[in-house]
Amino acid sequence: MIEIRVDGQPIAVCPGANLLEACLAAGIYIPHLCHLPGLPAAASCRLCFVALGDRPDPVPACTVAVQPGLEVLTDTPAVRRLQRSALELLLSAHTIDCRRCPANRRCALQRIARFLKVPLKRPDLPPLDPPGGPPGTGGELVVDPSHCVLCGRCVRTCRRLHGHSRLTFAGRGQRTVVTDWVETGPAIRCTDCGACIEVCPVGAIRLAPGANDPES
Amino acid sequence: MLLNPSAAPPPTEPEVLETLGGIVARFDRRRALLVPILQAVQAQCAYLPPETMPLVGRHLGIAASEVYGVASFYNQFRFFPPGRHPIRICLGTACHVKAGDIILENFERKLGIQEGQTTADREFSLERVACVGCCALAPVAIVGETVHGHMQPSKVEGLLLQIQIAREKAQREAAAASPQAEDPSDD
Ligand code: FES
Ligand code: FES
Repeated sequence: MIEIRVDGQPIAVCPGANLLEACLAAGIYIPHLCHLPGLPAAASCRLCFVALGDRPDPVPACTVAVQPGLEVLTDTPAVRRLQRSALELLLSAHTIDCRRCPANRRCALQRIARFLKVPLKRPDLPPLDPPGGPPGTGGELVVDPSHCVLCGRCVRTCRRLHGHSRLTFAGRGQRTVVTDWVETGPAIRCTDCGACIEVCPVGAIRLAPGANDPES
Repeated sequence: MLLNPSAAPPPTEPEVLETLGGIVARFDRRRALLVPILQAVQAQCAYLPPETMPLVGRHLGIAASEVYGVASFYNQFRFFPPGRHPIRICLGTACHVKAGDIILENFERKLGIQEGQTTADREFSLERVACVGCCALAPVAIVGETVHGHMQPSKVEGLLLQIQIAREKAQREAAAASPQAEDPSDD
Protein backbone atom coordinates (compact mmCIF):
# COMPACT_ATOMS: atom_id res chain seq x y z
CA MET A 1 0.00 0.00 0.00
CA ILE A 2 1.11 3.52 -0.74
CA GLU A 3 -0.23 6.84 0.38
CA ILE A 4 -1.59 9.63 -1.77
CA ARG A 5 -3.29 12.87 -0.73
CA VAL A 6 -6.66 13.80 -2.14
CA ASP A 7 -7.86 17.29 -1.23
CA GLY A 8 -5.35 17.21 1.61
CA GLN A 9 -6.70 13.98 3.03
CA PRO A 10 -4.31 10.99 3.05
CA ILE A 11 -5.65 7.77 1.54
CA ALA A 12 -3.98 4.38 1.25
CA VAL A 13 -4.11 2.70 -2.15
CA CYS A 14 -2.45 -0.16 -4.01
CA PRO A 15 0.44 1.07 -6.16
CA GLY A 16 -0.63 1.50 -9.78
CA ALA A 17 -4.34 1.55 -8.90
CA ASN A 18 -6.68 3.64 -11.00
CA LEU A 19 -7.03 7.09 -9.45
CA LEU A 20 -10.75 7.45 -10.15
CA GLU A 21 -11.49 4.02 -8.66
CA ALA A 22 -9.27 4.75 -5.66
CA CYS A 23 -11.03 8.04 -4.91
CA LEU A 24 -14.49 6.54 -5.27
CA ALA A 25 -13.52 3.64 -2.99
CA ALA A 26 -12.30 6.16 -0.39
CA GLY A 27 -15.66 7.91 -0.52
CA ILE A 28 -14.44 10.93 -2.51
CA TYR A 29 -16.91 11.53 -5.29
CA ILE A 30 -15.65 12.55 -8.71
CA PRO A 31 -18.27 12.89 -11.47
CA HIS A 32 -17.78 10.18 -14.11
CA LEU A 33 -19.80 8.47 -16.83
CA CYS A 34 -17.69 6.38 -19.13
CA HIS A 35 -15.24 4.54 -16.87
CA LEU A 36 -15.59 0.77 -16.48
CA PRO A 37 -13.44 -0.71 -13.69
CA GLY A 38 -10.95 -3.19 -15.04
CA LEU A 39 -11.01 -1.92 -18.62
CA PRO A 40 -8.56 0.52 -20.17
CA ALA A 41 -9.79 4.11 -19.87
CA ALA A 42 -11.81 5.43 -22.77
CA ALA A 43 -11.86 8.91 -21.23
CA SER A 44 -14.67 9.90 -23.54
CA CYS A 45 -17.04 11.67 -21.17
CA ARG A 46 -14.48 14.25 -19.96
CA LEU A 47 -16.15 14.54 -16.57
CA CYS A 48 -13.68 13.03 -14.13
CA PHE A 49 -11.11 15.83 -14.24
CA VAL A 50 -8.80 16.39 -11.27
CA ALA A 51 -5.77 18.59 -10.74
CA LEU A 52 -2.50 16.77 -10.05
CA GLY A 53 0.12 18.45 -7.90
CA ASP A 54 2.79 18.90 -10.53
CA ARG A 55 0.72 19.41 -13.67
CA PRO A 56 -0.50 22.80 -14.86
CA ASP A 57 -3.75 21.48 -16.41
CA PRO A 58 -6.38 19.13 -15.01
CA VAL A 59 -6.39 15.53 -16.31
CA PRO A 60 -9.14 12.86 -16.38
CA ALA A 61 -8.71 10.81 -13.18
CA CYS A 62 -9.68 7.59 -14.97
CA THR A 63 -6.48 7.78 -17.02
CA VAL A 64 -4.13 8.13 -14.04
CA ALA A 65 -2.31 5.30 -12.25
CA VAL A 66 -1.48 6.32 -8.69
CA GLN A 67 2.09 6.79 -7.56
CA PRO A 68 3.44 7.30 -4.05
CA GLY A 69 3.08 10.85 -2.81
CA LEU A 70 0.60 11.91 -5.51
CA GLU A 71 -1.18 15.17 -4.65
CA VAL A 72 -4.71 15.36 -6.05
CA LEU A 73 -7.20 18.23 -5.91
CA THR A 74 -10.76 17.46 -6.99
CA ASP A 75 -12.32 20.86 -6.47
CA THR A 76 -10.29 23.63 -8.13
CA PRO A 77 -12.00 26.29 -10.27
CA ALA A 78 -10.29 24.93 -13.41
CA VAL A 79 -11.53 21.40 -12.67
CA ARG A 80 -15.09 22.53 -12.10
CA ARG A 81 -15.09 24.70 -15.21
CA LEU A 82 -14.05 21.76 -17.38
CA GLN A 83 -16.56 19.44 -15.73
CA ARG A 84 -19.40 21.90 -16.08
CA SER A 85 -18.77 22.55 -19.74
CA ALA A 86 -18.46 18.82 -20.45
CA LEU A 87 -21.79 18.24 -18.72
CA GLU A 88 -23.46 21.15 -20.47
CA LEU A 89 -22.33 19.77 -23.83
CA LEU A 90 -23.80 16.37 -22.97
CA LEU A 91 -27.04 17.93 -21.80
CA SER A 92 -27.30 20.07 -24.92
CA ALA A 93 -27.87 16.95 -27.01
CA HIS A 94 -30.02 15.18 -24.44
CA THR A 95 -33.79 15.35 -24.38
CA ILE A 96 -34.70 16.45 -20.87
CA ASP A 97 -38.02 14.87 -19.99
CA CYS A 98 -37.11 13.26 -16.70
CA ARG A 99 -40.62 12.63 -15.51
CA ARG A 100 -41.34 10.36 -18.44
CA CYS A 101 -37.84 8.87 -18.64
CA PRO A 102 -37.43 5.26 -17.43
CA ALA A 103 -34.09 6.19 -15.87
CA ASN A 104 -35.57 8.94 -13.71
CA ARG A 105 -33.88 9.09 -10.28
CA ARG A 106 -31.20 6.56 -11.17
CA CYS A 107 -29.81 8.58 -14.07
CA ALA A 108 -26.15 9.50 -13.76
CA LEU A 109 -26.78 12.82 -15.48
CA GLN A 110 -29.23 13.90 -12.79
CA ARG A 111 -26.79 13.05 -10.06
CA ILE A 112 -23.85 14.78 -11.71
CA ALA A 113 -25.90 17.87 -12.55
CA ARG A 114 -26.97 18.16 -8.93
CA PHE A 115 -23.40 17.69 -7.75
CA LEU A 116 -21.97 20.28 -10.14
CA LYS A 117 -24.95 22.62 -9.71
CA VAL A 118 -25.63 22.70 -13.42
CA PRO A 119 -29.29 23.18 -14.40
CA LEU A 120 -30.69 20.24 -16.41
CA LYS A 121 -32.81 22.50 -18.55
CA ARG A 122 -31.54 25.42 -20.55
CA PRO A 123 -34.59 27.26 -21.85
CA ASP A 124 -32.29 29.70 -23.64
CA LEU A 125 -30.95 27.01 -25.97
CA PRO A 126 -33.18 25.57 -28.71
CA PRO A 127 -33.55 21.78 -28.50
CA LEU A 128 -31.58 19.73 -31.04
CA ASP A 129 -33.22 17.20 -33.30
CA PRO A 130 -32.28 13.74 -32.12
CA PRO A 131 -29.71 12.23 -34.48
CA GLY A 132 -30.67 9.50 -36.91
CA GLY A 133 -34.42 9.81 -36.47
CA PRO A 134 -36.49 7.70 -34.12
CA PRO A 135 -34.94 4.94 -32.00
CA GLY A 136 -34.23 1.84 -34.10
CA THR A 137 -37.20 -0.27 -35.03
CA GLY A 138 -37.54 -3.95 -35.80
CA GLY A 139 -35.19 -5.09 -33.03
CA GLU A 140 -35.43 -6.41 -29.50
CA LEU A 141 -33.55 -3.52 -27.99
CA VAL A 142 -33.71 0.16 -28.77
CA VAL A 143 -31.13 2.82 -28.09
CA ASP A 144 -32.85 6.15 -27.79
CA PRO A 145 -30.51 8.56 -29.59
CA SER A 146 -32.03 11.54 -27.82
CA HIS A 147 -30.93 10.09 -24.48
CA CYS A 148 -27.71 8.27 -25.37
CA VAL A 149 -24.61 10.13 -24.14
CA LEU A 150 -22.27 8.01 -26.32
CA CYS A 151 -20.10 7.02 -23.37
CA GLY A 152 -19.47 3.66 -25.04
CA ARG A 153 -19.96 1.58 -21.88
CA CYS A 154 -22.34 -0.77 -23.70
CA VAL A 155 -19.98 -1.16 -26.65
CA ARG A 156 -17.00 -1.94 -24.42
CA THR A 157 -18.96 -4.23 -22.12
CA CYS A 158 -20.24 -6.19 -25.09
CA ARG A 159 -16.70 -6.56 -26.38
CA ARG A 160 -15.40 -7.68 -23.00
CA LEU A 161 -18.10 -10.33 -22.62
CA HIS A 162 -18.19 -11.67 -26.15
CA GLY A 163 -14.71 -11.08 -27.53
CA HIS A 164 -16.04 -8.73 -30.17
CA SER A 165 -18.71 -6.09 -29.86
CA ARG A 166 -21.96 -6.45 -31.70
CA LEU A 167 -22.81 -2.91 -30.69
CA THR A 168 -20.95 -0.20 -32.51
CA PHE A 169 -20.89 3.54 -33.06
CA ALA A 170 -22.37 4.51 -36.41
CA GLY A 171 -22.44 7.87 -38.13
CA ARG A 172 -20.36 10.69 -36.77
CA GLY A 173 -20.39 13.98 -34.96
CA GLN A 174 -23.75 15.14 -33.75
CA ARG A 175 -25.41 12.25 -35.55
CA THR A 176 -23.51 9.39 -33.95
CA VAL A 177 -25.68 6.54 -32.69
CA VAL A 178 -25.07 3.17 -31.06
CA THR A 179 -26.46 0.22 -32.98
CA ASP A 180 -25.97 -3.32 -34.25
CA TRP A 181 -26.66 -4.57 -37.78
CA VAL A 182 -29.29 -7.23 -38.39
CA GLU A 183 -29.31 -8.76 -41.90
CA THR A 184 -30.48 -5.75 -43.88
CA GLY A 185 -30.47 -2.81 -41.57
CA PRO A 186 -29.37 -1.16 -38.35
CA ALA A 187 -31.22 -2.73 -35.42
CA ILE A 188 -30.41 -4.63 -32.24
CA ARG A 189 -31.88 -8.07 -32.05
CA CYS A 190 -29.61 -9.52 -29.38
CA THR A 191 -30.93 -10.25 -25.92
CA ASP A 192 -28.27 -12.79 -24.99
CA CYS A 193 -27.17 -11.20 -21.75
CA GLY A 194 -28.71 -7.77 -21.34
CA ALA A 195 -25.41 -6.49 -19.96
CA CYS A 196 -25.59 -3.41 -22.17
CA ILE A 197 -28.88 -2.40 -20.56
CA GLU A 198 -27.37 -2.69 -17.12
CA VAL A 199 -24.25 -0.62 -17.76
CA CYS A 200 -26.05 2.27 -19.45
CA PRO A 201 -25.75 5.21 -17.03
CA VAL A 202 -28.74 7.08 -18.46
CA GLY A 203 -31.20 4.32 -19.39
CA ALA A 204 -30.93 5.06 -23.12
CA ILE A 205 -30.75 1.39 -24.10
CA ARG A 206 -33.81 -0.64 -23.26
CA LEU A 207 -36.04 -3.48 -24.34
CA ALA A 208 -38.25 -2.62 -27.26
CA PRO A 209 -41.93 -2.70 -26.34
CA GLY A 210 -43.09 -6.31 -26.59
CA ALA A 211 -39.62 -7.86 -26.69
CA ASN A 212 -38.62 -10.78 -24.47
CA ASP A 213 -36.90 -9.90 -21.23
CA PRO A 214 -33.43 -11.49 -21.22
CA GLU A 215 -33.74 -12.07 -17.51
CA SER A 216 -36.87 -14.21 -17.72
CA MET B 1 -24.13 8.87 -43.75
CA LEU B 2 -26.50 7.01 -41.46
CA LEU B 3 -29.12 4.62 -42.67
CA ASN B 4 -32.26 5.86 -40.98
CA PRO B 5 -33.95 2.82 -39.45
CA SER B 6 -37.36 4.18 -40.42
CA ALA B 7 -36.74 3.61 -44.13
CA ALA B 8 -35.18 0.62 -45.82
CA PRO B 9 -33.48 0.70 -49.23
CA PRO B 10 -35.27 -1.23 -52.01
CA PRO B 11 -34.59 -4.97 -52.27
CA THR B 12 -31.25 -5.62 -53.92
CA GLU B 13 -31.45 -6.95 -57.49
CA PRO B 14 -29.96 -10.44 -57.98
CA GLU B 15 -27.35 -9.18 -60.50
CA VAL B 16 -26.17 -6.61 -57.98
CA LEU B 17 -25.85 -9.32 -55.34
CA GLU B 18 -23.75 -11.39 -57.69
CA THR B 19 -21.43 -8.47 -58.51
CA LEU B 20 -21.15 -7.81 -54.81
CA GLY B 21 -19.99 -11.34 -54.04
CA GLY B 22 -17.47 -11.20 -56.89
CA ILE B 23 -15.94 -7.94 -55.71
CA VAL B 24 -15.56 -9.02 -52.10
CA ALA B 25 -13.97 -12.34 -53.07
CA ARG B 26 -11.22 -10.51 -54.99
CA PHE B 27 -9.82 -8.99 -51.79
CA ASP B 28 -7.52 -10.48 -49.16
CA ARG B 29 -9.00 -11.10 -45.76
CA ARG B 30 -7.30 -8.21 -44.01
CA ARG B 31 -9.11 -5.76 -41.75
CA ALA B 32 -7.05 -2.94 -43.28
CA LEU B 33 -8.84 -3.55 -46.59
CA LEU B 34 -12.27 -2.69 -45.21
CA VAL B 35 -12.50 0.79 -46.73
CA PRO B 36 -11.00 -0.25 -50.11
CA ILE B 37 -13.56 -3.08 -50.31
CA LEU B 38 -16.42 -0.70 -49.56
CA GLN B 39 -15.09 1.71 -52.17
CA ALA B 40 -14.89 -1.05 -54.77
CA VAL B 41 -18.46 -2.12 -53.99
CA GLN B 42 -19.74 1.40 -54.32
CA ALA B 43 -17.77 1.98 -57.53
CA GLN B 44 -19.47 -1.05 -59.10
CA CYS B 45 -22.94 -0.97 -57.57
CA ALA B 46 -23.24 2.83 -57.13
CA TYR B 47 -24.22 2.26 -53.48
CA LEU B 48 -23.70 -0.20 -50.63
CA PRO B 49 -26.58 -2.67 -50.72
CA PRO B 50 -27.56 -3.80 -47.21
CA GLU B 51 -26.14 -7.27 -47.91
CA THR B 52 -22.69 -5.67 -48.05
CA MET B 53 -22.40 -5.42 -44.26
CA PRO B 54 -22.74 -9.13 -43.33
CA LEU B 55 -20.90 -10.25 -46.47
CA VAL B 56 -17.85 -8.06 -45.92
CA GLY B 57 -18.01 -8.79 -42.18
CA ARG B 58 -17.81 -12.53 -42.80
CA HIS B 59 -15.01 -12.06 -45.31
CA LEU B 60 -12.89 -10.08 -42.84
CA GLY B 61 -13.96 -11.90 -39.69
CA ILE B 62 -15.56 -8.85 -38.09
CA ALA B 63 -19.14 -8.04 -37.08
CA ALA B 64 -21.53 -6.67 -39.69
CA SER B 65 -22.15 -3.79 -37.32
CA GLU B 66 -18.48 -2.84 -37.46
CA VAL B 67 -18.66 -2.64 -41.25
CA TYR B 68 -21.71 -0.42 -40.93
CA GLY B 69 -20.01 1.67 -38.27
CA VAL B 70 -17.12 2.41 -40.60
CA ALA B 71 -19.27 2.89 -43.71
CA SER B 72 -21.65 5.28 -41.97
CA PHE B 73 -18.76 7.40 -40.73
CA TYR B 74 -17.91 8.55 -44.26
CA ASN B 75 -20.20 10.80 -46.28
CA GLN B 76 -18.78 9.10 -49.35
CA PHE B 77 -20.79 5.91 -48.82
CA ARG B 78 -24.46 5.72 -49.62
CA PHE B 79 -26.99 3.08 -48.64
CA PHE B 80 -29.59 3.86 -51.27
CA PRO B 81 -29.22 3.43 -55.05
CA PRO B 82 -28.92 6.82 -56.75
CA GLY B 83 -32.08 8.15 -58.38
CA ARG B 84 -32.34 9.01 -62.08
CA HIS B 85 -32.32 12.65 -60.99
CA PRO B 86 -29.88 13.01 -58.13
CA ILE B 87 -30.59 16.17 -56.15
CA ARG B 88 -27.74 17.66 -54.17
CA ILE B 89 -28.31 20.44 -51.71
CA CYS B 90 -25.32 22.56 -50.81
CA LEU B 91 -24.82 23.07 -47.10
CA GLY B 92 -21.42 24.70 -47.34
CA THR B 93 -20.77 27.77 -45.23
CA ALA B 94 -22.38 30.33 -47.55
CA CYS B 95 -25.38 28.13 -48.31
CA HIS B 96 -25.73 27.28 -44.64
CA VAL B 97 -25.85 30.97 -43.77
CA LYS B 98 -28.45 31.48 -46.53
CA ALA B 99 -30.61 28.74 -44.96
CA GLY B 100 -29.78 25.87 -47.30
CA ASP B 101 -31.19 23.55 -44.64
CA ILE B 102 -34.65 24.96 -45.28
CA ILE B 103 -34.27 24.14 -48.98
CA LEU B 104 -33.23 20.61 -48.03
CA GLU B 105 -36.21 20.31 -45.73
CA ASN B 106 -38.54 21.39 -48.52
CA PHE B 107 -37.16 18.77 -50.89
CA GLU B 108 -37.46 16.17 -48.13
CA ARG B 109 -41.08 17.06 -47.57
CA LYS B 110 -42.03 17.25 -51.26
CA LEU B 111 -40.31 13.96 -52.10
CA GLY B 112 -41.28 12.17 -48.91
CA ILE B 113 -37.71 11.00 -48.31
CA GLN B 114 -34.81 12.10 -46.15
CA GLU B 115 -31.34 13.10 -47.20
CA GLY B 116 -29.37 10.03 -48.23
CA GLN B 117 -32.49 8.27 -49.51
CA THR B 118 -34.08 7.58 -52.87
CA THR B 119 -37.77 7.68 -53.81
CA ALA B 120 -39.45 4.30 -54.26
CA ASP B 121 -39.74 4.84 -58.04
CA ARG B 122 -35.99 5.58 -58.11
CA GLU B 123 -36.62 8.92 -59.84
CA PHE B 124 -35.06 11.18 -57.20
CA SER B 125 -32.35 10.83 -54.64
CA LEU B 126 -31.47 13.51 -52.12
CA GLU B 127 -28.05 14.33 -50.74
CA ARG B 128 -26.33 17.14 -48.95
CA VAL B 129 -22.95 18.32 -50.16
CA ALA B 130 -20.35 20.79 -48.97
CA CYS B 131 -19.52 23.93 -50.93
CA VAL B 132 -19.92 23.39 -54.66
CA GLY B 133 -17.96 26.50 -55.54
CA CYS B 134 -20.56 29.08 -56.47
CA CYS B 135 -21.20 30.70 -53.12
CA ALA B 136 -22.39 33.93 -54.76
CA LEU B 137 -25.49 31.99 -55.83
CA ALA B 138 -26.24 30.64 -52.35
CA PRO B 139 -28.36 28.77 -51.48
CA VAL B 140 -27.60 26.27 -54.22
CA ALA B 141 -29.32 23.07 -55.30
CA ILE B 142 -27.97 20.82 -58.05
CA VAL B 143 -30.58 18.77 -59.84
CA GLY B 144 -29.01 16.23 -62.16
CA GLU B 145 -26.26 18.28 -63.82
CA THR B 146 -27.97 21.64 -63.53
CA VAL B 147 -27.02 24.16 -60.87
CA HIS B 148 -29.91 26.17 -59.47
CA GLY B 149 -28.78 29.25 -57.59
CA HIS B 150 -30.69 31.59 -55.29
CA MET B 151 -32.99 28.74 -54.35
CA GLN B 152 -36.18 29.53 -52.54
CA PRO B 153 -38.54 27.14 -50.82
CA SER B 154 -41.25 28.21 -53.25
CA LYS B 155 -39.12 27.10 -56.22
CA VAL B 156 -38.86 23.50 -55.08
CA GLU B 157 -42.24 22.34 -56.26
CA GLY B 158 -41.80 23.99 -59.71
CA LEU B 159 -38.44 22.30 -60.20
CA LEU B 160 -39.82 18.87 -59.49
CA LEU B 161 -42.83 19.54 -61.67
CA GLN B 162 -40.59 20.57 -64.58
CA ILE B 163 -38.75 17.27 -64.39
CA GLN B 164 -41.98 15.36 -64.28
CA ILE B 165 -43.36 17.23 -67.30
CA ALA B 166 -40.14 16.67 -69.23
CA ARG B 167 -40.31 12.97 -68.45
CA GLU B 168 -43.93 12.66 -69.51
CA LYS B 169 -43.18 14.53 -72.72
CA ALA B 170 -40.27 12.20 -73.48
CA GLN B 171 -42.50 9.22 -72.84
CA ARG B 172 -45.19 10.54 -75.14
CA GLU B 173 -42.66 11.22 -77.87
CA ALA B 174 -41.15 7.79 -77.50
CA ALA B 175 -44.62 6.27 -77.70
CA ALA B 176 -45.43 8.34 -80.79
CA ALA B 177 -42.17 7.39 -82.51
CA SER B 178 -42.83 3.68 -82.06
CA PRO B 179 -46.60 3.23 -81.84
CA GLN B 180 -46.25 -0.52 -81.37
CA ALA B 181 -44.09 -0.05 -78.25
CA GLU B 182 -45.51 -1.61 -75.13
CA ASP B 183 -46.92 0.12 -72.11
CA PRO B 184 -44.67 3.12 -71.39
CA SER B 185 -45.06 2.61 -67.68
CA ASP B 186 -42.72 -0.35 -67.59
CA ASP B 187 -39.63 1.33 -69.00
S1 FES C 1 -14.82 8.65 -16.46
FE1 FES C 1 -12.96 9.60 -16.94
S2 FES C 1 -13.39 10.58 -18.80
FE2 FES C 1 -15.24 9.51 -18.42
S1 FES D 1 -21.41 27.13 -49.82
FE1 FES D 1 -22.84 26.48 -51.28
S2 FES D 1 -21.77 26.94 -53.08
FE2 FES D 1 -20.30 27.50 -51.60
